[in-house]
Amino acid sequence: MSHAHFFLIGLATLILSVGATGTAPASETIKIGVAGAHSGDLAPYGLPSLKAVQLVVKEINDQGGIHGLPVELLVEDDGCKPELATNSATKLVSSGVRAVIGHICSGATKAALPIYHAAKVLVISPSATAPSLNQDGEYPFFFRTIATDDIQAKTQVDFALQTLKAGKIAVLHDKGDYGKGLAEHAQSLIEQSGKAQMVLFEGITPGAVDYSAVVQKIKRSEAEALLFGGYHPEASKLVSQMRQKRITIPLVSDDGIKNDTFIKLAGKDAEGVYATGPADVASNPATKLYREKYKQIEGTDPGAFFNNAVAAALALTNALAKAMSADAEAVAHVLRTEKVATPFGPITFDAKGDPVGIGFSLYQVNNGQFVQIR
Amino acid sequence: MEYFFELLFSGLTRGSIYALIALGYTMVYGIIGLINFAHGEMFMIGAFTALIASSVLSIYHLPLPAILVLAGLAAAVWAGAYGFTVERLAYRPLRGAPRLAPLISAIGMSIFLQNYVLLAQTADFVPFPSLIPEFAFLEPYSAIINSSSLTILAVSTLVMTALTLLILYTRTGKAMRATAQDQKMALLVGINVDRIISFTFVTGSALAAIGGLLIASHIGQINFAIGFIAGIKAFTAAVLGGIGSIPGAVLGSFILGLTEAFATGYISSDYEDLFAFALLVLILIFRPAGLLGKATAEKV
Amino acid sequence: MKSPPMLTNKDVRHAVLTGFWFMFLTFPLLVIKVNPTEQTVTWRWANMLWVGGVSAVIALACRLVATRRAGRAELLRQMPAQTTHELHPFALPSRDRLIPLFGVIALFFIVFPFVFSAYQVNIMTTALMYVILGLGLNIVVGFAGLLNLGYVAFYAVGAYTYGLLHFHFGLGFWAALPIGGLLGALFGVMLGFPVLRLRGDYLAIVTLGFGEIIRLILENWREFSQGPSGIANIARPGLFGIDMSLEHSLVYQYYLTIAIALLTIFVVNRLRDSRIGRAWFALREDDIACQAMGIDTTAAKLTAFALGAAWAGMAGVLFAAKTTFINPASFTFMESAIILCIVVLGGMGSIIGVVAAALILMLLPEYLRAVAEYRMLAFGAILVVMMIVRPRGLTSQTRRIYHLPH
Repeated sequence: MSHAHFFLIGLATLILSVGATGTAPASETIKIGVAGAHSGDLAPYGLPSLKAVQLVVKEINDQGGIHGLPVELLVEDDGCKPELATNSATKLVSSGVRAVIGHICSGATKAALPIYHAAKVLVISPSATAPSLNQDGEYPFFFRTIATDDIQAKTQVDFALQTLKAGKIAVLHDKGDYGKGLAEHAQSLIEQSGKAQMVLFEGITPGAVDYSAVVQKIKRSEAEALLFGGYHPEASKLVSQMRQKRITIPLVSDDGIKNDTFIKLAGKDAEGVYATGPADVASNPATKLYREKYKQIEGTDPGAFFNNAVAAALALTNALAKAMSADAEAVAHVLRTEKVATPFGPITFDAKGDPVGIGFSLYQVNNGQFVQIR
Repeated sequence: MEYFFELLFSGLTRGSIYALIALGYTMVYGIIGLINFAHGEMFMIGAFTALIASSVLSIYHLPLPAILVLAGLAAAVWAGAYGFTVERLAYRPLRGAPRLAPLISAIGMSIFLQNYVLLAQTADFVPFPSLIPEFAFLEPYSAIINSSSLTILAVSTLVMTALTLLILYTRTGKAMRATAQDQKMALLVGINVDRIISFTFVTGSALAAIGGLLIASHIGQINFAIGFIAGIKAFTAAVLGGIGSIPGAVLGSFILGLTEAFATGYISSDYEDLFAFALLVLILIFRPAGLLGKATAEKV
Repeated sequence: MKSPPMLTNKDVRHAVLTGFWFMFLTFPLLVIKVNPTEQTVTWRWANMLWVGGVSAVIALACRLVATRRAGRAELLRQMPAQTTHELHPFALPSRDRLIPLFGVIALFFIVFPFVFSAYQVNIMTTALMYVILGLGLNIVVGFAGLLNLGYVAFYAVGAYTYGLLHFHFGLGFWAALPIGGLLGALFGVMLGFPVLRLRGDYLAIVTLGFGEIIRLILENWREFSQGPSGIANIARPGLFGIDMSLEHSLVYQYYLTIAIALLTIFVVNRLRDSRIGRAWFALREDDIACQAMGIDTTAAKLTAFALGAAWAGMAGVLFAAKTTFINPASFTFMESAIILCIVVLGGMGSIIGVVAAALILMLLPEYLRAVAEYRMLAFGAILVVMMIVRPRGLTSQTRRIYHLPH
């Protein structure tokens, strides 16, 4: 044994006790948790949501809070990892949050939900799209401000079959739980329809330096349309390399790419790309308002799921105010029965917690902007 | 057959991208026997510096070739400076420490630099302008190869040749080889070992930065995490070829790139990385020091 | 006695130069922010001043510490030998004081769940799981000197063993725990065989590749592992069929993890002093000499891989039971790197060091949350600084001396 051990153990104990006593004293605020990936490679999908919630809450607090009580945000970074998500959830629950906006990834949400459920904390996710999250009605206090994968996949497949009249379809995904889930739904829909043949179903490696091999494979498959499940970095690389190799088949992708960053990244190659996304966004005053505010503060356009997070924050704070209590059942009741104005227009929630009023429409990039075509 | 050639060229493109990064890994490893996990970050920092420089310059409407040269220069200078500083701060104090200490320090540096760029710039992907002009003579072959892949292929071959010549025929190269063999002995014969190690880090980082510019221009986008992902692959390639060997790094990179391309093309891209790593394990079982690495018989 | 050495002009000049160097270094990334599509540039000159000032002050402080230390070394040299003991910062404790201290620590861990919130208990459980992982990897890296960068693969094997057995056959935690350990060991041997001939960094990269291969299989083989969407609703550990609330279940898991961690400490400690343990140490120091001494190095290497992996397998089962949901995203290379950091930081081969390092490294990021977005930045910097300050790890290795009975 060396003498240094004492020092170390002492240090560890000290760190612990300092951390433990550092928890905030009880005060008269309404605590809302915000959980998602705020660091690591998935931060681009978590940070815009955090900023969105902060914007909405700041506005509410500037106007005197909810029934005179200021809203306090407790921010937790889960890095989209299930194990960190359970820690975050336990922390939020034990620091007495009334509701949580998050988590960002379906996997993390899945891991955290049992903990929130046991503590009767209401959860509203801006971006977790896996249909399995609320299929069996196990979590009555789970809501989301995004439509699920199966609805989105149906929109994409219907479009490819009916409008594009593609007889051969290639389906690619990014091997993630969002992209692959979506691609699998699309796969089964194509097979069920019997109208088209699926000529390729593969995952591409996110972050890879070059996609030319898989692009050659698309060309060889003689697909007439490409469906891609995933996010804008991979989609933009893929479409650029396809166009470089003179492959002009239409690309139909998802909400994960329907943002300004995709158009910036893909530049001129973005033209003509189709993506599904919630309807009627640009003309809505609420959308404009918050996007402008974000731009003022951050100097850039907001990233993925920003509108969804604004909608989640608005719906939640509205329900908290109208329920006149922070009891999860009362708040859930308001969410299910009363419409609230969000960047997507007025929305409410169904029995499962899925949004009514956030459906999917089809967009196409036209002159550097997503334009709704259907 | 056409499909085969298409895959061959996409494999070569990938391979030459890995090679540009792997060369730096292998140089540093050859000199001080350290797996420099922060090397991928030099690649990323180089790409960001090039992006910043080219954006500032394009506001002043400089011609494209001038922007390309100046941005490349800025990337090389600053990445070199980062390489120098990282070595001074994180590795030099650990010379003579147990073998794993600098490795952990390197992992720490890698985490630090990624988050530094994340905080100083942005978390999201940013578009990178295509600085490499389209060559007109490649137009008929555009389905197979484009100008950025050709440039990367040419530059990595050029750099490999230059480095080999540097190490074989110059005074500095000789000093590098001496330092790699035995640092104490090198000191005794009057070689400034500190300076040689610094030189290796600066050169390796500057090369990574040039690679960063070319690769970012090929891919068209960058973020703070690109260095880590590409770095792991490049490191694998360097080991595959025999770490410490300059031609080995290039050979390993091409083999890795081709394996991935053919695995994607003929089997499935689901498993491209799996094939890459399986090949690595297989090759190392039969050649435990990599393809071109020297198997040193240990004498007692 | 001489007065303590002061800072000279040279030190100040050095500090100022350092400040300028860092201002130059961070100029493009910290000062300029461009928006490539809109062609706008923001200049943030204030950042430059901050960097210059802060780095100059740090450089000055480092110089000051260095001169102080040099001065103390000088003093030590001049003093008679017997007084050097008092100058040492931490006095060597006697055995009498050791026992009460361990008592206090034990008491602290026992009452922990009653004093602190469920969240604190939860992260303590996580930290304790990393104690088990660190000790397991310590067998491979610390004892036998085999650098393993893919340790997380065995952790994944354990987690998926429980996840899949529970999903398909409804198997409980207690049945899965030994199976997870056994399968971990089996995979350890599977990895061990092909890499027997490899040395040092080649071994490192093959193990890294192995870790990635396992993760890629879990990610892509949907029929087997359900792919990236993972396995949900895994049961928490049971206790004779008693129905527990979530809060109680967390506390139960905490004690359970402590028990398994203690078991690990006990077993690893006994292993260290066993015949095979001595063989590992010999292997670590010099494998040729080790072979010459008549030790079967193949068997020694394979047992190291198998025993190390067995703990990771069990930790994996614990992990699956704790999070109740697993997917391949939890088993990345970064995880292996963190576990390796624990082993190296603790001091290779030292059990108490690994325990302390696991607790510090795992709890540190939690408490660094006060600095929110700078958390990972600080974590990286702390790793570097810790390695520089204590390159041999937190605990200095003392070679154990064996006395022959008279």
